[in-house]
Amino acid sequence: MAEMEIDVRGQTCPVPLVECRKAFKKASPGDIVIVKGTHPASKKEIPMACKAMGLEVLEIEDKEGGKEWEIKIRR
Amino acid sequence: MEMGEKTVIVLHSGDMDKVYSALIIGNGALAMGMEASIYFTFWGLMRLKKGELEKGPLSKMNMLGLGRWMVKKRMDKANVASLERLMSDFKELGGKIIACEMTMEIMGIKKEELRTEWVDEWGAVGTYIQEARDANVTLFI
Repeated sequence: MAEMEIDVRGQTCPVPLVECRKAFKKASPGDIVIVKGTHPASKKEIPMACKAMGLEVLEIEDKEGGKEWEIKIRR
Repeated sequence: MEMGEKTVIVLHSGDMDKVYSALIIGNGALAMGMEASIYFTFWGLMRLKKGELEKGPLSKMNMLGLGRWMVKKRMDKANVASLERLMSDFKELGGKIIACEMTMEIMGIKKEELRTEWVDEWGAVGTYIQEARDANVTLFI
């Protein structure tokens, strides 16, 4: 099973969501997608999108003293 | 992944900020697993002309372009994506663009003046209604 990492640090609405969707399109079922970002709203909206599409969020982690976040999703 | 839910947007305005609204919402819908289409009509259709996507004025406080320039500067600082980029993302994620034929007739616009590579369908009100009748979200911008 492959692991894919997308870096959307510094990007704002709607790019983090859009880049996640692109990654889900490229990934195969079961693959792990790791998203790194800084945009605050996307930290809650990416999990919302995953739930709507039936994808499992494995982990949401704060980094760099809360300035960055990392979300791990199973496609 | 679930599909079938749909967002349909009528973009009547050609103002830069409103074109942003339409493309951001359209991309958001696609990113959240919905289908999305944008129906470009009237002033909105002008933005499909070659080289015109980014050229709209600001809907308020344009001040002969000064307000627009200031907002654009702040958008660049906030790292907001360009409309070209948002359009290309919209198309890549399977978004559909519909161009209004009546507007083309009224404004005397020919197909070759438009970015035809973006346009999936040419239509009128019936096309919009047909798109919207099974949509969960429909907006007029």
